[in-house]
Amino acid sequence: MIAHAIVFYIFSLIAIVSAIMVTVSKNTVNSVFFLILDFISISCLFIMIGAEFLGMIMLIVYVGAVAVLFLFVVMMLNVAQQKNEWFNSSGRSSHIPVGLLVSIIIFFELIIVIGGWKYKPDLLDSIAIEINTDLTNTQSLGSVIYTDYIHLFQLSGMVLLVAMIGAIVLTFRQRSGVKRQSYFKQISRDRKDGIELVDVENNKGVKIDA
Amino acid sequence: MAELFIFFEQIYRILFLLIPVLVSVAMIVWLDRRVWAFVQKRRGPNVVGPFGLFQTLADALKYIFKEIIIPASSNKIIFILAPIVTMTLALIAWAVIPFSETFVLADINVGILYLFAVSSLGVYGIIMGGWASNSKYPFLGAIRSAAQMVSYEVSIGVIIINVLLCVGSLNLSDIVLAQEDLWFVIPLFPMFIIFFISALAETNRPPFDLPEAEAELVAGYQTEYSGMMYAMFWLGEYANILLMCAMGSILFLGGWLSPIDLFPFNVIPAPIWLILKILFLFILFALIKAIVPRYRYDQLMKLGWKIFLPFSLIYVVLTASFLMYFDLLPGN
Repeated sequence: MIAHAIVFYIFSLIAIVSAIMVTVSKNTVNSVFFLILDFISISCLFIMIGAEFLGMIMLIVYVGAVAVLFLFVVMMLNVAQQKNEWFNSSGRSSHIPVGLLVSIIIFFELIIVIGGWKYKPDLLDSIAIEINTDLTNTQSLGSVIYTDYIHLFQLSGMVLLVAMIGAIVLTFRQRSGVKRQSYFKQISRDRKDGIELVDVENNKGVKIDA
Repeated sequence: MAELFIFFEQIYRILFLLIPVLVSVAMIVWLDRRVWAFVQKRRGPNVVGPFGLFQTLADALKYIFKEIIIPASSNKIIFILAPIVTMTLALIAWAVIPFSETFVLADINVGILYLFAVSSLGVYGIIMGGWASNSKYPFLGAIRSAAQMVSYEVSIGVIIINVLLCVGSLNLSDIVLAQEDLWFVIPLFPMFIIFFISALAETNRPPFDLPEAEAELVAGYQTEYSGMMYAMFWLGEYANILLMCAMGSILFLGGWLSPIDLFPFNVIPAPIWLILKILFLFILFALIKAIVPRYRYDQLMKLGWKIFLPFSLIYVVLTASFLMYFDLLPGN
């Protein structure tokens, strides 16, 4: 048990320190790397409480895909410079109250959730579905999401689909003058279209129509 | 005291797995070069040791004694971390590979997800190396490979779903045992082909070796690396290739199972079968390196997103409906 506690505290310490470093570090790329470290240690914590499926999905989705895109954007745009300019400009004062408001709301929500779980244990009995502890959590998650709550699941899928289409529509622009390869055109081209045999007279040359 | 004993026992077990993996990585580099040479009617490495078997060891020795040059304008911590990340990620994934029914280091519930997660983390070694070098070619190589690996991971994920539909479990041993009657390569043959091609792209092997396309990018993300750090990238890359071959043989070729359950075949111990299957896939990898020209970048993206992804999604629907119609779903 002691070993378990030690490992737990190591992971939580790494998670908290790297979460602080995300906001503190000057270099934006370093912030993203700390964010990745944070994700990894949190997924290790998930695995420690026995939610191995959630931990692995956290690794695959957040670390394997989302954070890669973050890094991509941060590396391509020179965000570090903009951030410094923004900190030095007068615009900072108008954004900080909004951020504070949001973080205070999130903080109180967390207190309500954790306090309810801690001081009102009978809240746990109000869960609508039976949790079968014999199944592995992959199986029980599957049956809850895809069997018991399939309509809600599909509804959230629709919301995501709308968001995806919206993102494509917003960023899509048709550029003119871009050369694109058309396999159909390439394959259907035959010898007649490509080559023309010309008898050239001496000292006359040949006119090629472009 | 007892806890200490367990601790050391685990360390011995890990070493018993890691050292053979590292040695086989060295041998596989030799095999790769020999196959490549064979196709091109050359001899390949044949001087150091019998048949040139120790060529890789000689190369590694040379890399160890070379000077490590760290560019002055690089981000030094991340620059040094990058090859370490590549190497570590390539090695920790071997923990869940089952070599036989009993011989597996960590028999975890979500083995296949773990493999998938570790192989998707592999992109970080490359991005970190490319960015920290603070140089144009490595950065371009890193950006290319990030996009490439993320795209092909998607289709590998969908292919894994196909296999999982037939198994009903995420445990790697269960996946192998589900193939006792029929290897998944037969019912899911198109998925096997797509998995193989995606594995080529995922490990940056030719014809998808755009991150290190030497004609355009010098050596891609490895350009600024030298000495031992370069060797670590290189070993990590080959360990990843072996891992992908192992994943392919577990998902489609029946892992440690022998092809037919008859006398001369079933006396051969299970790990040998897995190793033979890994070698078979690896020789295919090596042959493809020798015979196929490199893809263009837009063709690569088109192949991943517009052909492989829709096709494997359609195949998921097909597999699911087939299993449903004939009542073959593993849960029932």
